[in-house]
Amino acid sequence: MGVTFKVYNDILIVNLKGELDHHMVRMVNEKIEEYLMRHALKKILFNFKHVNFMDSSGVGMLIGKYKSLQKIGGKVGAVNLSKQVKRIFEISGLFNIISCYNDEIEASEKM
Amino acid sequence: MEILNEMTIDFLSKSQNEAFARVVVAAFASQLNPTLDELADIKTAVSEAVTNSIIHGYENNLGIIRIKAILRESEIEIWVQDWGKGIEDIEKARQPLWTSKPELDRSGMGFTIMENFMDKVEIESTPGKGTIVKMYKTIKNKK
Repeated sequence: MGVTFKVYNDILIVNLKGELDHHMVRMVNEKIEEYLMRHALKKILFNFKHVNFMDSSGVGMLIGKYKSLQKIGGKVGAVNLSKQVKRIFEISGLFNIISCYNDEIEASEKM
Repeated sequence: MEILNEMTIDFLSKSQNEAFARVVVAAFASQLNPTLDELADIKTAVSEAVTNSIIHGYENNLGIIRIKAILRESEIEIWVQDWGKGIEDIEKARQPLWTSKPELDRSGMGFTIMENFMDKVEIESTPGKGTIVKMYKTIKNKK
């Protein structure tokens, strides 16, 4: 379980690893806040490649990030959604506010 | 339908136990030979119910969460019980996007996801006493 960061152009890429439940969300949120305090970035791209499980706690985290970045003209995107994660995105309407891309390159061009 | 197997576990309302709970129930459910998608549905629903008990039932204080699972020929029944603060208005709690804790970045999608991933979800709750969520899912046995 963990989270690593990479900055590509002006986008913060958040590589998630593990199961995105309430337990992991608390840790991830803390680390993102910490990172954003030191680096002023307005775009976050979540990479779900190593996430095989997500529940409504993950949805809450993504909506929270969307709301706070929207206020400063930023954006939230996602790549590499697994089948289970896609279903959660569909049911909760996340596709309406979070753009999904095929890969990081496409995201960096369109975000 | 005849009961094939049954189990009960008690554990503390710690967020680490969210993963523990869904893995235990999925392992038990695998006796019915479910598909991977059915297992993913069960794990998600259990995760939602247990998270509710931790955040809303016990409000992050320590308490006991009890899970009971019953296997029948082609159905699993799962109870997730806590002895926390209970739900004042069950109908409201079931509504998509409604949350009693918006300040915590909660999505309000917990019960909606349980209802989508299981066939039936029943909620019994008494304010000040606790909550039981009972969920049922038909397992189409792989032949």
